Amino acid sequence: MSENKNLIQGRTGLWEVVIGLEVHAQVNSKAKLFDGCSTDFGADPNTQVGFFTAAMPGMLPVINHLCVDQAIKTGLGLNAVINKFSVFDRKNYFYADLPCGYQISQFTRPIVSGGYLDIDLEDGESKRINITRLHLEMDAGKSIHDLHPTKTYIDLNRSGIALMEIVSEPEMRSSAQAMAYVKKLRSILRYMGTCDGNMEQGSMRVDANISLRRPGQPFGTRAEIKNVNSIRFLGQAIEFEIARQLDILEDGGEIVQETRLFDPGKGETRSMRSKEDAHDYRYFPDPDLLPLRLTDERINAIHATMPELPDAKRQRLMAEFGLPLYDATVIVSERETADYYERAVAALTAKDKVQGAKQIANWLMGDVFAAMNRDNKTVETMPLEAKNLAGMIDLILDNTISGKIAKDVFLKMWESGKAPAALVEELGLKQITDASVIEQAVDEILTQHADKVADYKAGKETLFGFFVGQVMKATQGKANPGMVNDLIKKKLS
Amino acid sequence: MTKTNLTELTLTEAKDGLARKEFSALELTQAFIEAMEQNRHLNAYVTETPELALEQAKASDARLAAGNAGKLEGLPLAIKDLYCTKGVKTTASSKMLHNFVPQYESTVTQNLWNEGAVMLGKVAMDEFAMGSSNTTSYYGNVISPWKEKDRPEKELCPGGSSGGSAAAVAGRLALAATASDTGGSIRQPAAFTGLVGIKPTYGLCSRRGMIAYASSLDQAGPLTHTVKDAALMLEVMAGHDPLDSTSLNVEIPNFSSLLKSDLKGLKIGVPKEYIEGLGDEMLAEVNKGIEWAKSQGATIHEVSLPMTSYALPAYYVISPAEASSNLARYDGVRYGLRVEGSTLDELYENTRREGFGMEVRRRIMIGTYVLSAGYYDAYYLKAQRVRTLIQKDFERVFKEVDLLLTPTTPGSAFALDEKPTDPVHMYLQDIYTVTVNLANLPGIAIPSGLDQQGLPLSLQLIGPRLSEQRLLNAALALEECAGFSSLVKDLRKAA
Repeated sequence: MSENKNLIQGRTGLWEVVIGLEVHAQVNSKAKLFDGCSTDFGADPNTQVGFFTAAMPGMLPVINHLCVDQAIKTGLGLNAVINKFSVFDRKNYFYADLPCGYQISQFTRPIVSGGYLDIDLEDGESKRINITRLHLEMDAGKSIHDLHPTKTYIDLNRSGIALMEIVSEPEMRSSAQAMAYVKKLRSILRYMGTCDGNMEQGSMRVDANISLRRPGQPFGTRAEIKNVNSIRFLGQAIEFEIARQLDILEDGGEIVQETRLFDPGKGETRSMRSKEDAHDYRYFPDPDLLPLRLTDERINAIHATMPELPDAKRQRLMAEFGLPLYDATVIVSERETADYYERAVAALTAKDKVQGAKQIANWLMGDVFAAMNRDNKTVETMPLEAKNLAGMIDLILDNTISGKIAKDVFLKMWESGKAPAALVEELGLKQITDASVIEQAVDEILTQHADKVADYKAGKETLFGFFVGQVMKATQGKANPGMVNDLIKKKLS
Repeated sequence: MTKTNLTELTLTEAKDGLARKEFSALELTQAFIEAMEQNRHLNAYVTETPELALEQAKASDARLAAGNAGKLEGLPLAIKDLYCTKGVKTTASSKMLHNFVPQYESTVTQNLWNEGAVMLGKVAMDEFAMGSSNTTSYYGNVISPWKEKDRPEKELCPGGSSGGSAAAVAGRLALAATASDTGGSIRQPAAFTGLVGIKPTYGLCSRRGMIAYASSLDQAGPLTHTVKDAALMLEVMAGHDPLDSTSLNVEIPNFSSLLKSDLKGLKIGVPKEYIEGLGDEMLAEVNKGIEWAKSQGATIHEVSLPMTSYALPAYYVISPAEASSNLARYDGVRYGLRVEGSTLDELYENTRREGFGMEVRRRIMIGTYVLSAGYYDAYYLKAQRVRTLIQKDFERVFKEVDLLLTPTTPGSAFALDEKPTDPVHMYLQDIYTVTVNLANLPGIAIPSGLDQQGLPLSLQLIGPRLSEQRLLNAALALEECAGFSSLVKDLRKAA
């Protein structure tokens, strides 16, 4: 199926972009995949290295069952098949930061195969991207080349950390789709707590396979961009790569199958190694590990712990509170935001939950996000508690404060972290809803501006707003605007 | 009992002597330390640990006196140098690990120390357990304590890879020794030096802390003077280990206390493929074994293991494949030998060229080849299929019979300067033993008699998975029939 809107117009005709992604997601686990040692980020070099991690003679791998459970859970979250029989293979190659001389991975028989996720496109459409497989493997260590003129330093802290390699079908057709895929995958992983999705710390890394073809033709030769560690860079890298390949193909050249690296500084990809010197990994089943056999009981038990995932949550929010698709999509995209939203909705005391829920969504996506951006805060670090946001909405809905006053209340809450009711009390912001008080204010204004009242009655109806404004000013904005309107209308009729 | 003949005891006799307070653990240990010093020409030990041994012996004496002795309390043992021993150099007889001191203890040796055993030192082996003659060691050949009648000047091969273990026990430089068997490395040295050697069911003993050769085949076991000693050693060495994923989670019987001479009513199979082409002397030995078994109430059945001829080729594909991967860690980066180079690849090449001997390099290259893209299916995968067929051969046969009786080796030990120089010929040493490893089964070598040169010959019993007790009981019956120890005593008297 070709999607005409994503085709690229070249000098010589139309091209279709084909993108497949391999995402390495670090399993959320306190211990490594085959060794009891810790996975804490940022520890001093080589302080998180067990005997097996260091490949000491005679040391054997022992599978961390929690990592396996996390892989199962992730597979379930990706609508995939959990394979009850899977095998760990050794992928043999020499590198200084690969202590055993092999990486334990799953080659022919992965733990998870055949799933999908639906990506959300900017036009509000969604597209299903199929997932080929998810397999468990151990990470390598880190070589540090710039601390000494001739020596390389090795840090094995990362070595042996459990990764889930999640491989998509080559079904993405633009950099936007690839970015949406990673965003969605990251969101699902974070919802399930199986990967923290922290790309800056290397918890998620993306390899992108990119090729171009004429629409309807077989796949072209692809280039692989390795280890991209941000969604923005992924978009840049793919765009650069599309342009590079387009130039070559339009000039009648051929794409070389190779591995490329993205340089974020220069915004370009460059060749890392070509297929000619590609490794012969010499895979074979690891004789130190028995095949992994899973029972229905274990899979079902994990299934029972599955949280509501973003797509389901979005459907529910739309159905329960009548949120528009866009709002619901924004709110569910990050688990923390969705949790905050739901905490706020739960804290509402107003009778009209639907009305309150809509207002919370509006405030969250408007003033709250704006304040977060301005102060560089996240949902977790900002001072505004969900129950306080809900409390403010309650005050609006029960007419204690006006929407306008609420803007002030919000700013004060953001600065102080105090509860809205207390602030309204403290600052005397309570809305005036006493009809006699408002009537008195209206009467005073109308008396003071008898000339304008005459003009109004003579037909200058635009003065109505002036009277309202004067009353609001006189009451320091606290008068209930609806009541002010009604009273002025009544008095002037 | 005088101090000088303490080394003549078996493991069990020494245990009894200690229990009866006829001598102390310290005296026993001292006797062995002296024997080691006097027999350094055998080159059995790579590292002697006399201070450690005396210290352990003193502690053992205290425990013996206090009445809380372990099963091996105060008994001096030799440890094959592929068992990692905490704080004691462990080399696998390779230059690659000439300076390696582990910070951890192998599970098997820990099990021994937990029962009070005393370590005399680490004994030599073929480099990384690759060899059948103990001539690939970085530390030189181990010499068998045995001599041919007609050519006493010839140095004989103790077998391999557990050659140091065999020489240490046969030469009375330890009461017993740990060994390991990937394709026959316990049973063939046992055969060459007149000892009992058992290769247990794969997974019965933990491999944690044993320097790996071929993970799917390697298994720990003891080399001892008698079947009774073997039963005692094995029951201490074996046991489930959560740190070895291939370790079997089964209850280990008290092999030694359950041990009884018993062949009665057993159906003993003799695989015809193991007899065809056997030399007269070894054939006569097998026939002797058959007669003994019959005399003990067993029945003899000819059986067939048609996949036998494919075992050796399959073994020499699978074991080097695993070895090439297992030995990749010796890269000069973290421990062991490092030979500098100007690039990372040069560091690897220089280190591995200098650190590994010829035989190890040969097997790494074979293994790398058979695993490489394009050859994997033709070699490794095919060998794995053969392995499955071999296992099925045994499964079928063990529906008909209880145990198999075979030779352990084609003949007796050869002189070191007459050893086969052709590696393929050398590999044939393992022909009767490798099938047992490929099928994950237990096998035991029992000294059965002496050839015309006065050198030990050996019979092997093979049993189904986890049939160790049956195997030991039957071996004890054959041992009694053979009366090998009195043969040896007579020989020594005559000498």
